[in-house]
Amino acid sequence: MLINDTRYRSYTFQFVALLLLVLAFGYLGSNLLDNLQAAGLNISYQFLGEPAGYDINQKLIPYTSQSSHWQAALVGVLNTLLVAFLGCLMATVIGVVVGVLRLSNNWLVRQLMSVYVEIFRNVPVLIWILIIMAVFIAVLPQPRDFRGDDAEASMVLGAFAFTGRGFYMPAPILGAGAGFVIAVFVASVAGIFAFKNYAKKSLYDRGKLIPTFWPSLAILFVPTILVYFLLGRPITLDYPALQGFNFQGGIFMRNSLISLWFALSIYTAAFIAENVRAGILAVSQGQTEAAASLGLRPRRIMNLVILPQALRVIIPPLISQYLNLTKNSSLAIAVGYMDLTGTLGGITLNQTGRAIEAIFLLMLFYLTISLAISAIMNVYNNSVKLKER
Amino acid sequence: MNRIVILGAMTAAGLSAGVASAATLDDVKARGTLNCGVTTGLVGFAAPNANGEWEGFDVGVCRAVAAAVLGDPTAVEFVPTTGKTRFTALASGEIDLLARNTTWTFSRDVDLGFEFVGINYYDGQGFMIPKELGVSSAKELDGATVCIQTGTTTELNLADYFRKNNISYEPVPIETNAEAQPLYLEGACDVYTTDASGLAATRAAFENPGDHVVLPEIISKEPLGPLVRHGDNEWGDIARWTLNALIAAEELGVTSANIDELASGTNSPEINRLLGTEGTLGEMLGLDADWAVRAIKAGGNYGELFEKNIGENTPIGLARGLNAQWTEGGLLYSPPFR
Repeated sequence: MLINDTRYRSYTFQFVALLLLVLAFGYLGSNLLDNLQAAGLNISYQFLGEPAGYDINQKLIPYTSQSSHWQAALVGVLNTLLVAFLGCLMATVIGVVVGVLRLSNNWLVRQLMSVYVEIFRNVPVLIWILIIMAVFIAVLPQPRDFRGDDAEASMVLGAFAFTGRGFYMPAPILGAGAGFVIAVFVASVAGIFAFKNYAKKSLYDRGKLIPTFWPSLAILFVPTILVYFLLGRPITLDYPALQGFNFQGGIFMRNSLISLWFALSIYTAAFIAENVRAGILAVSQGQTEAAASLGLRPRRIMNLVILPQALRVIIPPLISQYLNLTKNSSLAIAVGYMDLTGTLGGITLNQTGRAIEAIFLLMLFYLTISLAISAIMNVYNNSVKLKER
Repeated sequence: MNRIVILGAMTAAGLSAGVASAATLDDVKARGTLNCGVTTGLVGFAAPNANGEWEGFDVGVCRAVAAAVLGDPTAVEFVPTTGKTRFTALASGEIDLLARNTTWTFSRDVDLGFEFVGINYYDGQGFMIPKELGVSSAKELDGATVCIQTGTTTELNLADYFRKNNISYEPVPIETNAEAQPLYLEGACDVYTTDASGLAATRAAFENPGDHVVLPEIISKEPLGPLVRHGDNEWGDIARWTLNALIAAEELGVTSANIDELASGTNSPEINRLLGTEGTLGEMLGLDADWAVRAIKAGGNYGELFEKNIGENTPIGLARGLNAQWTEGGLLYSPPFR
C-alpha cells in the first residue's frame, strides 16, 4: 500500500498543503481585486510622483513641500535609518556594560543592574517613548526662557542650549584645507589599527608586550591637531544663537529624535544585557580559573578569554534585537518623529488615500532593511564563530 | 517574501470585509444601531461628558440620523477616529457615517471615493499663540515652531501659506487634539494651528483661556460636513436630507419646543411636507412619514444644536458668522422640501 510508504506519504501531504496555501492566497488576492473594482478603486503608484504638499521638520536630504511623495518617503527612510543606527549603537554599548556588570562581584552594582533590566524590559517601549518625551518637555526650559537680561535659563559654555524642543550645539564650518585635516584624522584612525596589529604581532612573535593605550591616544590626536594649526585653523564653529522664536544656527537635535533614540536604546539594551550575561555564563568557569592561574589580570581575562568565546553565543540573539529596535522605531509618530511610517505610511497615505499601495511599500522597506541587517550581522557572526576544520 | 504575501492578503481581506455591502440602510436597521465616526475628543463638537455620554455639535448630526432611521437618538455606536484613521474606518465599513469636522475637498470627494452630504460648519484655519509672545499677525511667525494635527488639510494649507509668504517654520506633527494641548502649553511649540472652531474649543478647555490669542488671519476655507461612502446613494440621501431637515427647521421656525404642536398640522405647506403631515417625502427616502420630526426632536434644529454646543453662551463661544441662515446673512441654505 502506498499509504504505508513514508516517502510517498510525506510528499503527498506536503503537496496538498502547498495546494491549499496557493488556493488561499489566490482567493484573498482575487477578493482584493474584486472589491477594489466594486468600490471603483485601483492599484496605482502614480501618486509617488506628485507633489507632497506637506513639510517635514527633520530632513537629511533637500526637501520642500513641493517635492514629490517619493522624496518625502526617502526623507522618512533616512530618518528611520538614522534613529535605528544611533539606537543600535547606544543599545549595544549600554547592553554590554550592564550585562557585564550584572555578573559583578559587587552586590550593590549587581542588584542595581537587575533592577534596570527588569524595569525596562517589562514596560512597553511605547510607554517609555512617551514618558521620556513628556519629562523632556516638562523639565527642560523652552527657548523663550533664555530671553531677557535675567533669563531663567542660560546656555552651557555659551555653545550648547538644552531646551525642551531639543539640543542646539555648535556646527563645524569647513573652510579651505578642512578636507586635509579630515584626511589626516582618518589616516590616524587607520594608523591606530596598524599599530595594534603590530603590537599583537610583536607579542605573538617575540613575546614582548608593547603598551598600546597612550600611543594610540597620541596617534589619534597629535597629527590632526598639528595639521589643524599648521593650516591656520580651517575648521571653525557656528554657534547657535537665540533669534526670534527659536535658536538659529548650529546643529539642532530635535526632542523627538532624542527621546525616541533614548527610549529605544535603553529598552533594547535591557534585552541585550541579558544576552550578554547569558553569553558570558555560557563560557565555562574553568576558563576563567585557567586564565587566572596563568597570571592574567581580571580585565585581560574578560577581554582575551571570556568575551571572544561569549560573542559566539551573543551575536545571533543580538541580530534579532537589532531587528526589533529597527521595527520598533515605527512608533516614532507618538512623539512626532517623521520616520517612514510617519511620512509614507502616515501623511502621504492620508492625503492620497492610497492605503494598500503605501502599506505594501512600507512592508517592502522594513523587510528589506531587516534582511540587510541580518545579512551584515551574519557576516560578522561568521567571522567570530568557532572555526571547524 | 512569504510574509509580504500573507500580510498583504490579510490587509486585502480586512479591506474587503465591509466594502461590498451596498445597502447601508438595511445593515443599520438590522444592526439596530448607527455606527458613527467622531473625533477622539474635541469639546463642543464631539466629546464624552461627565456621564460618559457623547455630546456635541457633530454628535448631534449622528443622533439626528439615528433618530430618523431607527427612531432612537441613543441608538448610536460612537467610534472615535483620528485624522489619520477616519477615512480607512469609513471606507472599510467600520462606520456608516463620519461626522468629524472633516473638510470637504475635491480629492476626498472624487479620488478617495466618499460622498459629502452637506456642510454643517463653515470654518477656516487659524493660529493660536500665547499672548506674552506679543505677536499680532500670522505674518510675524517667521521661524516659529508650529504644532499641527497630522493627516488633515491644515497640514497642507500651512505649508502653502508659509511658502506663499516666504517665511520659515518648524512643523511638529501630532496625532490628536489632546496630544497637542500639553505640547502647546509647555511651550514645545509656539503656535497651534487648526480650524478656528477647533482653536476656540481647545482654548475653552485651558486653565487660563485669556492668556492665549487667536490671530486674525484665516488662511483657508474649511467647509466641514458629514460624509458617507460612494456608491450607496439611498443612504447618502438619508444623511443629506436629515442634515437639510435640521437646517430647514431653523429657517421655518420649527424647534424642539414647538414641534409636537406643529406636527399635528399647520397652514404652511412646507412645514407640513417637512414634518410628514403632507406629501410622501419620508416614503421616498425609504423611511416613514415622521422621520424629520424625530430627527429634529433628537437635539433640536440646527440653531438649537449650535447654541447648545458651541454657541456664544457656551465656554467655546462661537458666533454664528457664516453659519447663520441665508436669510440672516449667513451661508446656510437648505434646498426646498418639495
